[in-house]
Amino acid sequence: MSRRVVVTGLGATTPLGGDVSTTWSALLAGTSGVRLLTEDWAQTIPVHFAARVAIEPSEQMQRVELRRLDRSEQFALIASREAWKDAGSPEMDKERLGVVIASGIGGVTTLLDQYDILHDKGARLVSPHTVPMLMPNGPAANVGLELQAKAGVHTPVSACASGAEAIGYAFDMIRNNRADIVVSGGVEAAIHALPMSAFAAMKALSTRNDDPARASRPYDVNRDGFVLGEGGGVLVLEEYDHAVARGAKIYCEIAGQGLTSDGYHIAAPDPDGAGVQRALKFALREAGVSLKDIVHLNAHATSTPAGDVAEANALRAALGADADHVAVSATKSMTGHLLGGAGAIESVFIVKTLQDRLAPPTINIDDLDPAVTIDVVRDKPRALPAGDIAALNDSFGFGGHNVVLVFKSI
Amino acid sequence: MALAQADVLAGLQEIVEEVAGIPAASIEMDKNFTEDLEVDSLSMVEVVVAAEERFGVKIPDEAVTDLVTVGDAVNFIINAAK
Repeated sequence: MSRRVVVTGLGATTPLGGDVSTTWSALLAGTSGVRLLTEDWAQTIPVHFAARVAIEPSEQMQRVELRRLDRSEQFALIASREAWKDAGSPEMDKERLGVVIASGIGGVTTLLDQYDILHDKGARLVSPHTVPMLMPNGPAANVGLELQAKAGVHTPVSACASGAEAIGYAFDMIRNNRADIVVSGGVEAAIHALPMSAFAAMKALSTRNDDPARASRPYDVNRDGFVLGEGGGVLVLEEYDHAVARGAKIYCEIAGQGLTSDGYHIAAPDPDGAGVQRALKFALREAGVSLKDIVHLNAHATSTPAGDVAEANALRAALGADADHVAVSATKSMTGHLLGGAGAIESVFIVKTLQDRLAPPTINIDDLDPAVTIDVVRDKPRALPAGDIAALNDSFGFGGHNVVLVFKSI
Repeated sequence: MALAQADVLAGLQEIVEEVAGIPAASIEMDKNFTEDLEVDSLSMVEVVVAAEERFGVKIPDEAVTDLVTVGDAVNFIINAAK
């Protein structure tokens, strides 16, 4: 008998709120978390806006923690504390507890800030905390340390697919009987002049400086790039019988995952979406859900001209006529793109969507791109049907990484 | 330049409060950095660099392992400044 994996806890800190409930309310209300940056450097680079977290970590953590932790690690601890508490702070054998938390870039602001100190003041003043703060496995390691997780602490890195891949890795840890509970998710804290200039140099970022809140507009015909966001999301995954035995609140089940790679280009999506289609097929086959039960997709849809259409075409090709009953939400229209945190907060949103049977809206679509032939939820949330339903999260990353996760009601 | 013990202790209290978040008043001469004040090996490096800056002394790496208590550090700094 195979081990089933369920979700028993949620946590998040996002551009829409400092926790899951605040974020979810703002998401259903169609609120944009994108704003002009107030730092002086913001005016010196091509893009002057981003989606910072709604609640600064300094309002949620002790001063000494802030000093020793990179911002990405702060987000990981804030979201994990909420998720662990939400799961009922389970008493358990810590050798059966794992942590898988991803980041796309890791402690990039620490690296750059310490470079400035080296350059301006010399090597002696470089902080001894620099390496534990900049390493990409730092967020997972700090959460693992705090929870005393001893089944394994891991950090898959696959650019913007990292958060979803982390959840998939956690799913496998439980199915393979390495752990009974795994705290999983993704974080990102890369709002800084250098990463933003670098993404701008790739022409990947929207430059709608005169109207930041309307800049992230997946599927709109005038979309011009993604908006960088920050924050993180965490899900507590648990083996079904373990959750039942301790009387845990069970949100939903994770039933399958599909992982593929494009072999096409280091940054551009394959316009045929062949790798995405294969990932969708693998995930659906593994999950064993009927296509008619798939009622929702939280799309990757970052608001780039090429990516949004390639993804929509892949969904259509993989599901055929069954794509007609899939309500597609592009929540990056509100949160911006959290890179390695994206697949994680979007998985949190899917769990809430299944719980409330409400698909969140996509905002900022003035003119739907005629090349998009899927059913996009626009402006207002949409009610989902009663009965057994399933939802998909897809995430893709520079490097040609494709991840699809299947969530189903329980 | 001779330093007064009270001044050195007050300076270290400020530094350790900043680095480890321990209230200055509880940072006393007999307190053990690791066991009482949560100053681990990485944070000790921060304390040493800050103390060198503040008191204009050198605290060599070989000496740091002998600075077990706050009093050890205060006495080392006073001697080094003589």
